[in-house]
Amino acid sequence: MRYHPFVLPFSFGLAFLLIYTSIIWIRWINRLSENDKQLLRKNLFSFNTLAAIREVFMESLMHRKIFRKNVFLGFMHMSLAFGWFMLILIGNLESRTYTAGRINPPYFPIFFKFFRHDLAPLKKLEAYFGFWMDFFLLIVLLGLSLAFIKRAHSKVLGIKRTTKHIIIDKIALTSLWFIFPLRLLAEGFSAALYKTGNFLTSFMGDEILSGIASPTLYLQAWWAYSIALGIFFITLPFSRYMHIPTEILLIFLRRYGVKEKEQHSSFTKIEINACSRCGICIDACPITALPESSETQSAYFLREMRYDKPTNNQNESCLLCMRCEEACPVGIEITRIRENERKEYQLFASESYNYLTSPKNAAKGKVAFFAGCMGHLTPGVIKATLALFKAANVNYTFIDEEGSICCGRPLMQNGQTDAGISLRQINKDLILNSGAEILVSSCPICTREFIEHYVLGIPVFHHSQYILELAMSKKLSFRNNSTKIVYHDPCELSRGLNIIEEPRQLLRLAGELIHSPENSGKQQSLCCGGSLGNTNLSANQRKSIAENTLSGILSDKADIVATACPLCKKSLACSNKNIEILDIAQIMLEALIAPKFIPENTVESTKMESNLTYSPEINSIISE
Amino acid sequence: MKDFGFSPMKNKVLNFDELNHDFHQWIAIQDSSFNLCIACGTCASTCSAGSYTHFSFRELCKDIRWGNAEKAMKESEKCMLCGKCSIACPRNINTRNIIKMVRKAAKTSPL
Ligand code: SF4
Ligand code: SF4
Ligand code: SF4
Ligand code: SF4
Repeated sequence: MRYHPFVLPFSFGLAFLLIYTSIIWIRWINRLSENDKQLLRKNLFSFNTLAAIREVFMESLMHRKIFRKNVFLGFMHMSLAFGWFMLILIGNLESRTYTAGRINPPYFPIFFKFFRHDLAPLKKLEAYFGFWMDFFLLIVLLGLSLAFIKRAHSKVLGIKRTTKHIIIDKIALTSLWFIFPLRLLAEGFSAALYKTGNFLTSFMGDEILSGIASPTLYLQAWWAYSIALGIFFITLPFSRYMHIPTEILLIFLRRYGVKEKEQHSSFTKIEINACSRCGICIDACPITALPESSETQSAYFLREMRYDKPTNNQNESCLLCMRCEEACPVGIEITRIRENERKEYQLFASESYNYLTSPKNAAKGKVAFFAGCMGHLTPGVIKATLALFKAANVNYTFIDEEGSICCGRPLMQNGQTDAGISLRQINKDLILNSGAEILVSSCPICTREFIEHYVLGIPVFHHSQYILELAMSKKLSFRNNSTKIVYHDPCELSRGLNIIEEPRQLLRLAGELIHSPENSGKQQSLCCGGSLGNTNLSANQRKSIAENTLSGILSDKADIVATACPLCKKSLACSNKNIEILDIAQIMLEALIAPKFIPENTVESTKMESNLTYSPEINSIISE
Repeated sequence: MKDFGFSPMKNKVLNFDELNHDFHQWIAIQDSSFNLCIACGTCASTCSAGSYTHFSFRELCKDIRWGNAEKAMKESEKCMLCGKCSIACPRNINTRNIIKMVRKAAKTSPL
């Protein structure tokens, strides 16, 4: 027998799934920009394809990134994906071997134990196939029980919150949960009646089902198994499980160099559909800890993007801190998508700042120092930085000393492209007018904006990098007074610019760095809550995020909290914790071994200028 | 106008009957922190746009309260969303959110 009506739900579901996904894939690829299509054509037959295949195996099947974050969660995802994949693969091999290479209908391997009770043609291989099929079924069932525990008591697996799902996801999830227990039941009945089982299915058949096994129940179990598969396949394209086919497409396109653009594109659609709503970003998001419930987190934001439109609150309550993006195992460019989503309303125009006049005769210097708006709110940071520059005889000019003009990043983060670009131009003139060879800013927000979006033609450094450089080239020396320092990574510096080690290296010259899991020197640092990318949160909400962050990084041994961002400094200082928060420049100034007295007027003289030499690294950047 | 024997300067006269008081109401509903402003001027002294123009959040607040909706909407465009005012404000007013609301109103006239 090679056919029975019970295979219909499965076959119909599978056919629907394949046709539907192919149509969607073709549509997505068709709507990619011409540039992206070219990338696709160019790279299709290159090593990138091999790399993509490898990545699909490592991520979509083995879920390596999730493993790294949480072993239980990794095992859960891996066992379901890889286990199921192996069941399909071995099942196909088994039925192919059985029919001596003849092509079988797609349902045949899935329901093999229903159609074939006499396994003799498999000869010796019977035991191997039987064993591995049962083994992977067991693995999948183990993963399933973990998934069940995660839903019921997520804390056991080290997860604070799981995603709240919508109805279509619940239907798909329920059918998925039923598939494998039903398979075990159906194969158990086969084992009980026809002795087709291996260790697991025989156990099921002989020990549990032997009393009740009857041909009617047996057939019903196979029907139920097929129906569960059918429902899952039909709901898949409309539920979170669409991520399974989409993630594969995403991995290939990303390997070919396709990226998010300045506006939404067809690629955005692919990214949005690749979100599995796994909820890993929910625990990562600082908003989650706020008492007010909100659906700001990316799992919900992307879901709204997919089915409808994110609400104002979902769109604007986000801090753009990038913690979700860092945590996301699929690697979706969430922050870009969010920024683009905010571009819908242009509230400011490029003419908005016509009242600003570009400075004409700016003071000249080799190093331009830009404090930025936030810098101007923390004059202590400016003073300390400039004092260090003076001590090292740096020929600098403080370009935004007279009133700050915003670098444009807050406008850009709020989707105000036209206005942001006009501010960029004004500051660019300001910087280039100074004739500087290097630009240094004490604000990570400005620094990132300069590096990523201003085309200046001169190297840009964050002040922590530059002070470290001065220390390394022996222009400054520090006394280590064993102060116990906890360092808070600013989002824009750590996740934004990957400047993580430099501030630490510098602080180690002044004191002893204290570690906690939350400031481990990786990209997972917490957000201070101050972010200018957000206009929606109230002062109290921001304060409560700052409190959480401080409790996360503080240990009772610490004397000072160091940070490298004027905004972080301000935000953290709002909390009720009784600890001093200082900028890295202030700490370094404390620890500075005072140089021999240098008369004020020689600091900027040309004689001193010639003494200014940089390490080979910086020199190479300058000469580039 | 009634003759009191003295009169205010012409350019300082506001005719309350002609002004737009709904706008104040609307803003206060959009962001409840609006009414907390005590016009202390901290925001004005730090405002980035304020070092080049007469604009500041305090001015904006005053215009909205007096019913000068038109002027508020026009002036609000000068803000750079730099965020200094919201950090400086002793009353924890969500200034940038309010400025965005005023801008939205200017673009979409919701009233
Ligand atoms: S955005 Fe990433 S981390 Fe968040 S639910 Fe989607 S796949 Fe998971
Ligand atoms: S960027 Fe930060 S605040 Fe926004 S959703 Fe992601 S983790 Fe949450
Ligand atoms: S600082 Fe705050 S309270 Fe003072 S005038 Fe500005 S908005 Fe009003
Ligand atoms: S955000 Fe606007 S109003 Fe506030 S200080 Fe900056 S420029 Fe002034």
